[in-house]
Amino acid sequence: MKVTIKDVEYIAKLARLEYSDEEKKTFTKQFNTILEYIDKLNELNTDDIEPLSHVIELSNVVREDEVKQSLPVEEVLKNAPSKTDTFFKVPKVIGGT
Amino acid sequence: MIAEQSDYSFIRKRLLNGDQSISSLVSDYLNKIQEHTHINAFIEVYDTWALEQADAIDALIRTGSQPELAGMVVAVKDNICIRSSKVTCASKMLESFEGLYDATVIKKLRDAGAVIIGKTNMDEFAMGSSTENSRFGVTRNPRNTDHVPGGSSGGSAAAVSAGMAVAAIGSDTGGSIRQPAAFTGVYGLKPTYGRVSRNGLVAFASSFDQIGPFARSVYDIALLLKIIAGHDPHDSTSASVPVPDYTGQLTKKIAGLKIGLPDEYFTDDLEEDVRPAIENSIQKLKDMGASIVSVSLPHTEYTIAAYYVLTTAEASSNLARYDGVRYSYRAQDAEDLTDMYTRSRSEGFGEEVKRRIMLGTFVLSSGYYDAYYRKAQKVRRLIKNDFDNVFSKVDCIITPTTPGTAFRLGEKIDDPLHMYLSDVYTTSANLAGIPGISVPCGYDRNGLPVGLQILGKQFDEQTLLNTAYALE
Repeated sequence: MKVTIKDVEYIAKLARLEYSDEEKKTFTKQFNTILEYIDKLNELNTDDIEPLSHVIELSNVVREDEVKQSLPVEEVLKNAPSKTDTFFKVPKVIGGT
Repeated sequence: MIAEQSDYSFIRKRLLNGDQSISSLVSDYLNKIQEHTHINAFIEVYDTWALEQADAIDALIRTGSQPELAGMVVAVKDNICIRSSKVTCASKMLESFEGLYDATVIKKLRDAGAVIIGKTNMDEFAMGSSTENSRFGVTRNPRNTDHVPGGSSGGSAAAVSAGMAVAAIGSDTGGSIRQPAAFTGVYGLKPTYGRVSRNGLVAFASSFDQIGPFARSVYDIALLLKIIAGHDPHDSTSASVPVPDYTGQLTKKIAGLKIGLPDEYFTDDLEEDVRPAIENSIQKLKDMGASIVSVSLPHTEYTIAAYYVLTTAEASSNLARYDGVRYSYRAQDAEDLTDMYTRSRSEGFGEEVKRRIMLGTFVLSSGYYDAYYRKAQKVRRLIKNDFDNVFSKVDCIITPTTPGTAFRLGEKIDDPLHMYLSDVYTTSANLAGIPGISVPCGYDRNGLPVGLQILGKQFDEQTLLNTAYALE
């Protein structure tokens, strides 16, 4: 599988990342080298194999739905780059894509 | 004054004899850190706070109490949260981020009387094998400063190797504890997935990540594991499996132990001096009565490919939260919300992190999910089945930790795939969720340490520790 600069632009949009034209070229090349290596997986027939998403036996963890003390709002907002009162502040949403 | 090779037992003896107080011990270690600034092992050193912690434990000892880890001076990888202290993940994205709570491992260590001396350098968000991808500069290998210390927990490994701490804590997603331990000549353990709580560890790939210790002796590793292991209500993937008394059960008696050597890990890819060092250790175990058998893990050649598909997918999801809204870094003068997200992420993340987010986004994207992500999940099962089969015949497996010794700074940094392949012997343990330990077992012709890896059954860290102890 080969990806093109156009594919890279599309993935970058999905990931909310941007690259300069020069970076896109280098990146597309590196990306293809990595994908070519990953294509190795297709040598294996896995038709009857169940996908594995967790390596240890896990069961659902449930607990009583009790109100407990949580972190104070000022603490939670401590790392926010921009805030107002008890809210995270963001640039205007209207006009965005 | 502490010796460079001091392990915890030595220190403990001095403390109990009254030869040294914890605050004077911590001062010694702070001086050691000062002498080694060229290694760049630390992102932050707790000059004041470490001494405050020490004073508190000295006071406790004066009242007759003897905390289990009194005198254990620990360095912690900077992707583990400590309340009101910076947690940068060596990223511009989190440069000014402060922890809101103590990670469970930090709480357990401190409750047992350990002193946290500082936060160690790492590859950004634990993505890398050399500690060259850090916002705060590269960490150098104390054994030879022209070489990398390995990664991603390179700062923790270097700190222990150079005697800047008694022990250190790191995280291992595909070898990030074992590979730097091998490169710097110390012990490093990745416990079974779920053995140690991940609460407070900044997530990279959640079904792979595991916290573990670095130390200068097997006893110290066993002691630290005993303290940090166990179920935690704050991590629903931590296992409710009883934690054995690892130090109490430590024994050098390994007669009758069955050890497997996988053919696929002893190939021509091994550097010339690695094989004799490993074979020498295997002979020692044989002489002590272990039986050595050849085994096969037929899907070994697919581990790196499966690993990079699955971990990048999980990373792309875990790192979606860094959007410029909640976690410290935000790009200035954005036009609107989407522009703010995109620019904050593009400016805040380094090159390797972006590369992995891109790869992960791609393998999860519509049209490629089955071909890449689902395929890799199926291969993950095949790899785990390989281990299940082998562990029905043997008690543990021995391999080299890495195909070669520490490479030179800059040697692989421009070739991502080449760098990924340096994890070829370590990623399998994370894919299968099994424990692995790297044991120093000799040197190459240039004096760089060689590491031997012991892999075991899930939750059977004791066998790994005893085998490593027999070699010590």
